[in-house]
Amino acid sequence: MNDTSQSFVKFEKIDKSYDGEVLVVKNLNLDIAKGEFVTMLGPSGSGKTTTLMMLAGFETPTNGEIFLDTKPISKIPPYEREIGMVFQNYALFPHMTVEENLSFPLEVRKISKPETKEKVQKALDMVELGNFGTRFPAQLSGGQQQRVALARALVFEPRLVLMDEPLGALDKNLREQMQYEIKHIHDRIGITVVYVTHDQSEALTMSNRIAVFNDGVVQQLSTPDILYEKPENSFVAKFIGENNTLNGMVTDINGETCTVELDNGFGKVKALKINVNEKGDKTQLSIRPERVTIDSTNPEANNFEGKILELIYLGDHIRARLNVCGNDEFIVKVPNEGSFSHKEGDLLNLSWNPDDVRALDI
Amino acid sequence: MEDCISTSALLTTDGVPLKQSLKKAERKNKLRAFLLVFPLLLFIIVTFVMPIGDMLFRSVDDSQINGVFSNTFNEYKKWDKEKDVLPPEEVYKALFEELAYGEKIQIGRALTRMNYSKSGWKSLIKTTSREIKKAVKKDELPNNYKEFLISANDKWADPTFWYAMGQMVNNTTPIYYWNALDRTYDQDQNVVMQDEKRRIYIKTWIKTLKISVYVTIFCLILGFPVAHLLANLPLRYSNLLMIFVLLPFWTSLLVRTTAWIVMLQQNGVINGILVWLGILSDDGRLQLVYNETGTLIAMTQILLPFMILPLYSVMRVIPKSHMRAAQNLGAKPATAFWRVYLPQTIPGMSAGGLLVFVLAIGYFITPELVGGKDGKLIGHWIAYHLKTTLNWGLCAALGAILLGVMLIFYWLYNKIVGIDNIKLG
Repeated sequence: MNDTSQSFVKFEKIDKSYDGEVLVVKNLNLDIAKGEFVTMLGPSGSGKTTTLMMLAGFETPTNGEIFLDTKPISKIPPYEREIGMVFQNYALFPHMTVEENLSFPLEVRKISKPETKEKVQKALDMVELGNFGTRFPAQLSGGQQQRVALARALVFEPRLVLMDEPLGALDKNLREQMQYEIKHIHDRIGITVVYVTHDQSEALTMSNRIAVFNDGVVQQLSTPDILYEKPENSFVAKFIGENNTLNGMVTDINGETCTVELDNGFGKVKALKINVNEKGDKTQLSIRPERVTIDSTNPEANNFEGKILELIYLGDHIRARLNVCGNDEFIVKVPNEGSFSHKEGDLLNLSWNPDDVRALDI
Repeated sequence: MEDCISTSALLTTDGVPLKQSLKKAERKNKLRAFLLVFPLLLFIIVTFVMPIGDMLFRSVDDSQINGVFSNTFNEYKKWDKEKDVLPPEEVYKALFEELAYGEKIQIGRALTRMNYSKSGWKSLIKTTSREIKKAVKKDELPNNYKEFLISANDKWADPTFWYAMGQMVNNTTPIYYWNALDRTYDQDQNVVMQDEKRRIYIKTWIKTLKISVYVTIFCLILGFPVAHLLANLPLRYSNLLMIFVLLPFWTSLLVRTTAWIVMLQQNGVINGILVWLGILSDDGRLQLVYNETGTLIAMTQILLPFMILPLYSVMRVIPKSHMRAAQNLGAKPATAFWRVYLPQTIPGMSAGGLLVFVLAIGYFITPELVGGKDGKLIGHWIAYHLKTTLNWGLCAALGAILLGVMLIFYWLYNKIVGIDNIKLG
């Protein structure tokens, strides 16, 4: 994947600054293969939209070069890049009907009338809006507008499609439905998609790979499962999924694992050595709530007690907030098998496997 | 439940028909709403509807003179012009009596009206009145009124005066409208053009329309980029620019107009600079003021904010992403502007255009001050007749035509652009 000959889109040492004082994107190196669905995920202000705008040609990189199909594109104006884009608020042209919106990119390319008509109809059928061609965008619901925007970005058969938080304005149900629809369209026509969102579940649902952005830097670029199960730093661990943290100091390193002395003398934890280098390093331990077992002891290590502060009944599982080793926000998800009989205030025996604890940076 | 829904007249839970109950429940709100708008409604009726109605009425009203000479006119209508050269004796008798016993002030007013139809009426009636008064004082009523009047003033034997009277014998008259369009009656009561040298209004109407159209076009050309900048600059620059746009509103119209005279006159700032730069010779100074050019320049500057503000309010809400989207879809910036941006500004352009045009067509002070002899618009003549000649009928007719022209443009605009598309903010 890191081979330039294989990557379809390549960001090489991209820096971006608007005011010459702050870098909004720092040393970005990213390769995207043809046909891939890559999501840039991160909190607002993390540089993901800026990166997308550089790819679309609306912002110029301060340093570095972007390659599309091995050719540098910094000097190519946006209207010659052949990159489709779905904008945050769709940017449908309100004075044109749906059909006119869709034929616009074909007309400016001087494609013949019958061919335009055929392509527009095909694109509308693809998003299941075949009968809505004569309507104006204002006469459509949010979800329908979203589909029109998608169809318009695809109708001129661009080399790649960019999506800038396209589902942000939709309600929850519609958003989930559209996630699957976009994913299916991607699967069907096999186009390369670069998607920007701040919603981690959206990213996990749709993407082949996710680039987690924070502070202008890609924190980790990987497939959804690896991002969730093997986060490489504490930002990724916190940003993707739910995460329990315990702070401490490394006292012993033994190959792939290490031993961490928790702050304030709460005991020792055996954990995987991920983002610590040597003895004496401060570390933050990350444990997923579903990897904590209750009422059983681990023969090796990592047995602790927690006091139940809050129980929330959620149907399929019970969410327990505990105080564990001084952390008041320690969450455990107990599957609802009918055998859980503890009350708030009770003490629980907790344990976890050393392979499920990751010693990360602090 | 199902029965309840299927019955044709819906009832409330208490058995009252639903519509009746709804009406009762909403009556209070409706009354309150009406009382709230009532003062405004009254204000509009008193200050807007009534004056316009009065103006339209005055533009055709001829009842004053008909009240003074009611018998004369009644007898006059019986006169068969084919048979007799002069009106019958009864007309002379009625005229004699109405001049002898009529109210002096009313007769005076009627005289002014008569002079609009034909000059010479005033002196004719005055000399005749004098003779009549003398006769009445001596208690010597004539046996033959016709002879008496003709002996008092021989113009009573001139049929042209009698023909001219025919224009006034009805309670309504179109004469003010004909006058406002440079037309008058000939002696056979046909509508004809005025004498060549008395034709002023059609020329002025055309000039008014021409200058209004030019001012609108110039305002659009000058205002569009400014409004675009206003809508797209960062806030601190756009605020500053907005102050520059609004500054003229805070300055007296007279001051601004006078400033233009200072700028444009032959020894003024602009000519001075052009001569100093050597572009003009000292003898070749441009005549920029006291003509149409002056009117055009000053009016464009004064009406420019009325174009900029509606345009700005429309442009402000056009998302910036539209231009980006258009370029992303493959349109060059010029195409994107022409196909995507410009059509979305039409509501602003038309609102501003209509506003500027309507204001320009009735503009008075500025063309009056900088227009000189050539640059005066129709407002000048309305004011002239209102203040100087006191010919309110003609005033009203000119005003009514102005109103009609505006309504025609409004109708055209509605046909072409659609009034729903207007957007002021």
